[in-house]
Amino acid sequence: MAGWHTHQGQAICLPVANVDTDQLIPARFMSVSRADGYGDYLLYDMRRDATGALRADFPLNAHPGASVILAGRNFGSGSSREAAVYALVDAGIRAVIAPSFGDIFAANAVNNGLLPAKVDDEGYAAVEAAVAKDPQSITIDLDARRLTIDAATIHFTIDDSWALKLKNGWDDIDLTRNYCEAIAAFKVNRSQTATWAWPAEVE
Amino acid sequence: MRPPQTMLDKLWAAHEVTRREDGVSLLWVDRHLVHEGSHHAFAKISERDLPVAEPGLTFAVVDHYAPTRNRSKIDAPQIARMIDTLRDNAAAHGLRLYDLDDPRQGIVHVVGPEEGLTLPGLLINCGDSHTSTHGAFGTLAFGIGATEVAHVLATQTVWQRKPRSMRISVEGTLGAGVTAKDIALGWIARLGTDGAQGHAVEYAGSAIRGLSMEGRMTLCNLSIEGGARFGMVAPDETTLAYLKGRRFAPKGAEWQAACVSWASLASDAGARFDREVTLDASEISPTVTWGTSPEQALPIRTPIPDPASLPPHKAEAARAALEYMGLKTGDMLEGTPVDQVFIGSCTNGRIEDLRAAAAVLKGRKARVPGLISPGSARVKAQAEAEGLDRIFIEAGLDWVASGCSMCVGMNGDLVGEGKRCASSTNRNFKGRQGRGARTHLMSPAMVAAAAVTGELTDVRPLLVGRVT
Repeated sequence: MAGWHTHQGQAICLPVANVDTDQLIPARFMSVSRADGYGDYLLYDMRRDATGALRADFPLNAHPGASVILAGRNFGSGSSREAAVYALVDAGIRAVIAPSFGDIFAANAVNNGLLPAKVDDEGYAAVEAAVAKDPQSITIDLDARRLTIDAATIHFTIDDSWALKLKNGWDDIDLTRNYCEAIAAFKVNRSQTATWAWPAEVE
Repeated sequence: MRPPQTMLDKLWAAHEVTRREDGVSLLWVDRHLVHEGSHHAFAKISERDLPVAEPGLTFAVVDHYAPTRNRSKIDAPQIARMIDTLRDNAAAHGLRLYDLDDPRQGIVHVVGPEEGLTLPGLLINCGDSHTSTHGAFGTLAFGIGATEVAHVLATQTVWQRKPRSMRISVEGTLGAGVTAKDIALGWIARLGTDGAQGHAVEYAGSAIRGLSMEGRMTLCNLSIEGGARFGMVAPDETTLAYLKGRRFAPKGAEWQAACVSWASLASDAGARFDREVTLDASEISPTVTWGTSPEQALPIRTPIPDPASLPPHKAEAARAALEYMGLKTGDMLEGTPVDQVFIGSCTNGRIEDLRAAAAVLKGRKARVPGLISPGSARVKAQAEAEGLDRIFIEAGLDWVASGCSMCVGMNGDLVGEGKRCASSTNRNFKGRQGRGARTHLMSPAMVAAAAVTGELTDVRPLLVGRVT
């Protein structure tokens, strides 16, 4: 996975709280192989009307080139399905800006190069004011934890270790190779001091 | 002297292989549970040609896509393919598989405890957010995404920053017909679905001590609906009585050694939590959700709220939820007609849940159709041995095999568009039980009451004079 420090793109507004993982990708699409792409399933039901037609007034439909979404609090709450992140990433989304994120969603996002940028109420209001009507060009600076939109500069927060991971495009399995010996030693110690922690032999 | 520690502190320290300078810990995973949805993770490790590091600590369960009828011949090819993929991965890596015909098959969070795979003092991961269920045993258990599942498969470890600690104390005695589900919906309604974000919740207090293991599992299961990736209850005699003699639980001298170790897991007196919340058990009543988020819940004898009366940041969501749910402000929740009912899921699909539902349904007829899917094949067998299946069938409800079923609809058990379902599950998200489905979350006894009257109903009058 490629790391990134800055991103410039178009931001759209989805001013809804609790956009949960079941809305991000309904369960019925989750048996698809990743190689087939998940982008078409992003917010599948939310972006359609009762007849199944794409809603012209839905920001993602009107602006399919957008790469940044501003959303309400608790974005990505719910299930651990990483497919919710795949749907965003495969649809070209690089960052979601929101007052808060579901814990598992945020971790999954970072593991796929998607930035969960947390903003305070003031920051949210500033971005919303800029993008409420029309999509706007936005610049994201991961080093400075800064969003620039219109004439406004807004700070966001992200866990330091996550920012580092996004910037370097690190993969945890590669990183963990450096700790092989420590893991082996830990296992030996635990198997001696907590033998009960291994499943009992069964016939 | 060492400062007093929380149970979280102790569990964390016992699993920490190392901690990086940035404060993120590498944790040892004692049990890794996988299911059909783990296919992305298996694909990731096979791309890199990596083996499963600890096949003996990895257990595979068919649950999310498990058909609840006609299991021997699966009609839908995409469902058959998901189950076959898990079978192939389990075989390729030498994993113990709980397949559809296994008498121990069931929902992963029901099977783990039943098998004694879940024990106090362990760290358990699963690619499912309701992994917090296992915390009911004094276990560090949390849901992870596919990239993390691949990492656990490859290394038997997981990187994680230690969450903040939060204690929810529930003191006093629950009233008749009030359950762990009502405690959970109650605190989530009060604190919000992001109320415990970033925290590990420990449940404590006399009302929690008084809960069975089934009740504690329901409570810990729903922690994630309040934003907490972890929920936990300190192990006690109730925990030991549940586990002793379970298939994979320690035996003989190992059991004794384990009990000694587990006795020191509880939070020390005077341990400090980052957040403390106290609830009075006597103030909790049977609770149902009215919206599309678990925080949109109220006691059954309450009118449907007016969005204008809610805090501004919740008003818009409430308006949208009421529109989706087809409900009108000011109407009473009680008396809202339902189209169907569902009892099951990792939240409320255990034997005690089925007994509670049967206590209401015995000798009564359901006025609406419904599905009852036990949480495991073992729960099903137990219920049948107790004659609960007869009660359900005589009431007119469908008694089917175990799986995640209508909680998430992946196996094809769906609620129709615009239909209203009283459900013992965990998420009332838009479309969760099917496109356009309207879900009301509640306890199994409350679902049974809704079946009997055909509308959202306070179960308590229906329990008068009955043994529960």
